[in-house]
Amino acid sequence: MELLMAVSIGVLTACGIYLMLRARTFPVVMGLMMLGYAVNLFLFSMGRLATEAPAVIGRAETHADPLPQALVLTAIVIGFAMTAYVVILIIRGRKTLEHDYVDDRVNERDHGVAEQGLSKRAVAMPETPASAEADGEPRP
Amino acid sequence: MLNILWILLLPLLGACLPLMAARLGRAWCAGLTVMPVLIALALLLGTMPAVLAGQVLQCELPWLGQLGLALALRVDGLSWLFALLILGIGVLVILYAHYYLDKRDSGGRFFALLLLFMGAMLGVVLSDNLLLLVLFWELTSISSFLLIGYWYQDSGARKGARMALAVTGAGGLALLAGMLLLGHIVGSYALGDVLAAGDQIRAHALYPLVLVLVLLGAFTKSAQFPFHFWLPHAMSAPTPVSAYLHSATMVKAGVFLLARFHPALAGTEMWGLLVTGVGLATLLLGAMTAMFRHDLKGLLAFSTISHLGLITLLFGLNTPMATVAALFHIVNHATFKASLFMAAGIIDHETGTRDMRLLGGLRRYLPYTAVLATIAAGAMAGVPLLNGFLSKEMFFAETVQARVFGTWHLLVPIVAVIASGFSVAYSLRFIRDVFFRATPSWLAKKAPHEPARYMRVPVEILVVLCLAVGMLPMFMVGGLLSVAATATLGEPAPAFDLVIWHGFDTALQMSLVALVLGLVIYHFRRRLHAWHERLPLQDIRFVFEAAIQGLGRIGGRVANGVVNGSLQRYMLLLLLMAFLLPASALWAWPHWTGSRALMPVDPVTAVGAFILCASAIGTVMTHHYRLAALVQLSAVGLMVALAFARFSAPDLALTQISVEIVTIVFLMLALYFLPQYAGNRSSRGRLIRDAGIAGIVGAGVAALAWAVMTRPLESISGFFLEQSVPGGGGTNVVNVILVDFRGFDTFGEITVLALAAIGIYSLLDGLRIDAPGRPRGELINPHPMIMTVVSRPMLPIALAVALYIFLRGHNLPGGGFIAGLITAVALILQFVGNGVNWTQERLHMRYHPVLASGLLLALATGVGSWVFGYPFLTSAHTHVHVPLIGDVELATAMLFDLGVYLVVVSATLLIIGKLGSISAVPKSTEASH
Repeated sequence: MELLMAVSIGVLTACGIYLMLRARTFPVVMGLMMLGYAVNLFLFSMGRLATEAPAVIGRAETHADPLPQALVLTAIVIGFAMTAYVVILIIRGRKTLEHDYVDDRVNERDHGVAEQGLSKRAVAMPETPASAEADGEPRP
Repeated sequence: MLNILWILLLPLLGACLPLMAARLGRAWCAGLTVMPVLIALALLLGTMPAVLAGQVLQCELPWLGQLGLALALRVDGLSWLFALLILGIGVLVILYAHYYLDKRDSGGRFFALLLLFMGAMLGVVLSDNLLLLVLFWELTSISSFLLIGYWYQDSGARKGARMALAVTGAGGLALLAGMLLLGHIVGSYALGDVLAAGDQIRAHALYPLVLVLVLLGAFTKSAQFPFHFWLPHAMSAPTPVSAYLHSATMVKAGVFLLARFHPALAGTEMWGLLVTGVGLATLLLGAMTAMFRHDLKGLLAFSTISHLGLITLLFGLNTPMATVAALFHIVNHATFKASLFMAAGIIDHETGTRDMRLLGGLRRYLPYTAVLATIAAGAMAGVPLLNGFLSKEMFFAETVQARVFGTWHLLVPIVAVIASGFSVAYSLRFIRDVFFRATPSWLAKKAPHEPARYMRVPVEILVVLCLAVGMLPMFMVGGLLSVAATATLGEPAPAFDLVIWHGFDTALQMSLVALVLGLVIYHFRRRLHAWHERLPLQDIRFVFEAAIQGLGRIGGRVANGVVNGSLQRYMLLLLLMAFLLPASALWAWPHWTGSRALMPVDPVTAVGAFILCASAIGTVMTHHYRLAALVQLSAVGLMVALAFARFSAPDLALTQISVEIVTIVFLMLALYFLPQYAGNRSSRGRLIRDAGIAGIVGAGVAALAWAVMTRPLESISGFFLEQSVPGGGGTNVVNVILVDFRGFDTFGEITVLALAAIGIYSLLDGLRIDAPGRPRGELINPHPMIMTVVSRPMLPIALAVALYIFLRGHNLPGGGFIAGLITAVALILQFVGNGVNWTQERLHMRYHPVLASGLLLALATGVGSWVFGYPFLTSAHTHVHVPLIGDVELATAMLFDLGVYLVVVSATLLIIGKLGSISAVPKSTEASH
């Protein structure tokens, strides 16, 4: 059982990190959420695994460690607040920058406007990002 | 001896006065500036009898004792002499500056900076602690920077200020290093201890390093070759500043350092070679360059460099008489050079130029100034009966005896005579070119006149001092020099007699040769200038600026190479570091598996784990199809919730599942504003690289989790399990921890939640976004009938469940967090099923007040326990018998939990509702569909 848990945590972490390394914002948010699951499970497992042992006095013979559970409970709620905040930032970012890339330098460099200052950024966003770094779609 | 402290503090504190008095007018400003200086001067003069009697006055207040830093001051002969120069000339400069400054110049700023500098300089000379000395040393560099850049509109002033700060600041850093090493060698930062440990320091292996570092500090400050180039550019400062900082006081800080640390550092061959060599080079170079300057202040600047070289050279010779001569020349140079700078300022002020090629015949218009300047220049050239003559004679006498350079010992006197010849020549040029010769016609037309009466007074006082010291040396300065030399040498000063005539000896012959040489050089000055103009010399300013800009470019390139603005790259580096650091420590760790007995695997859990991993990988594989990826992500969240349930964490399972619903609904809404599909354009190599990194980090985390889970548990949770019922009045330990034991943490967390909600609200407020590729309001059948019908009766049921979950939370799985999320989900369902406009019309709830009242309720519960004399958030509980429901245990923690509930509901709805409302079709448009 411990091995199953450890492997699951590892898979969640790996998937989360892979998504966080993507070039566009939405996968990064999904990656953050996935990493959040992994971290929550990791913290939870610090109290070791136990079945049929809820930390409610009088309902079971033995009790699972309640402290990591309390920590994870608030972590879940705070994680939601953070995800929501990041999502709002990317919506605003898309509105302001007119694209949804994590980096816009990548595209600037390819289009030779990197030296010309920030004001060119939004204007210089290409219809089709030609960069090898970015995974993109033709812009609507 | 608090008087000493006041000598230091008066100018520093007084620096506020001119700023406040600036509105009262220029006379008030200068008058209030001079007051603290005069009081400090009086206090200093009050200590004169004690100092002349050979006493060392000390004053020590503790400061940062652990660092060895104390506010320790000392007044001995050497520091008294310097303090007198600083305060005395300071008074004269303030008077002069009052007339010099233009009405448009800000007098308040000028005088405040001047007083700041004065305090800093006094701090340098009065410090009895090495670290304190460095502190004030840096302060002199900074105030000098600000004063050079006083006319900051002028690019030359800015560049000169920057150069001075770069050079003297770098020297200050070297000095700090040197002082730290000195303190390390001696074991104390007290000046007295260091000076007494001279033999120990000179024998130490670090001595050469310490010496070089301290000398770097001294040479940069005193503009010694090869660091001399900043001083001429500092001449863009107002002339009173040049007279005060860059000839009389600040540039003397370097030679002061040589004098102060004489007992600790001097006396080795290395000291002799370095100090004498640098002094000699500076002496000659400064004197020759001064001859080629056409600007009056430029001439005086290089002359100052040359005279500082002379003083340095004397300290390098390291004989008691050379020390006396050096101290004597410090006093003499301060008097004649300050007066010459003031004269140059008067000429500039009255004619509008300082170029000697344009000036001439000024004695007809400025007769008094001409006389004063001539006497001062005579002192500079070393004319008999003036003070400069006496110290120069002593200097010549010492150079003849110098044996620092072994067989090359004649080098010192020869260079000394040549430099003095140049000194005579440029002094002559200063006087003859400006005051004599024919008057140029432009000047005759302008007809300049003598300056205000009191502008000349400072010059007069200084020139009278030149004459008095020159004629009655023993009476004027004999006693002072003796105690100053004693303090410098750390042993009784040699007996000396300052007389004008001591026979036709070598020194006098050298003086005469120098005078004649000077006349010859002056005679051939045109040829010399013509030769000089053909020299391929570069303006050092351009060299310096180019070097600084080059450094900046290199720095920028290095920085851009690492910090290139790519967040993706930062993320990569961060993750690699997070992996490599623990990995390097754990690489050879043999104990990955602990001793705890493993739990058997049951098939249901195995299937659950498989679904979890498969949906996670599926999310990654399909992340370009965002909606599909999101659905799979929600499956991951669901499986995580089930995992919590399986492993005895019902509270977590309830929380996870309700948060999951809220998050996925929220992300669905967000996806409306983002592209639905994002094709893959990453290169194959990049994908493999990212997968590799993700894989190894995931494997590392899995290994760590495994290592922990297989170990026996040693937890502090026993306390919570035991105390939950008697201390917290609840059987659900997780909830009791949240609202009672760790209630303060929970309070912090709901505050964060509230802040995030408000932040999101303000980010979205007033925003109108169209979804990409879809004009607003084109959704077909936005609210399916079945959804609408089902969602409406769900609301009361869900609210009843939420109430139940909330009430039982203290004893059974549930509580404020979970109840709040269930309520939010129930309301969100109405948004989804019936539309934003429909729901908001019926939901008469303003989220902001609810949010605030929830936070306030939680806070009030905590504060309430203060009323009963308990610490913050102490809970009380009791049993209440309620008809129908039975025995209910009520705890104040439930009030706190109610606060949590309100914050969670309102924050969640604030976030979702706001995002929903910007995506909503405006009401009028909806009606028309």
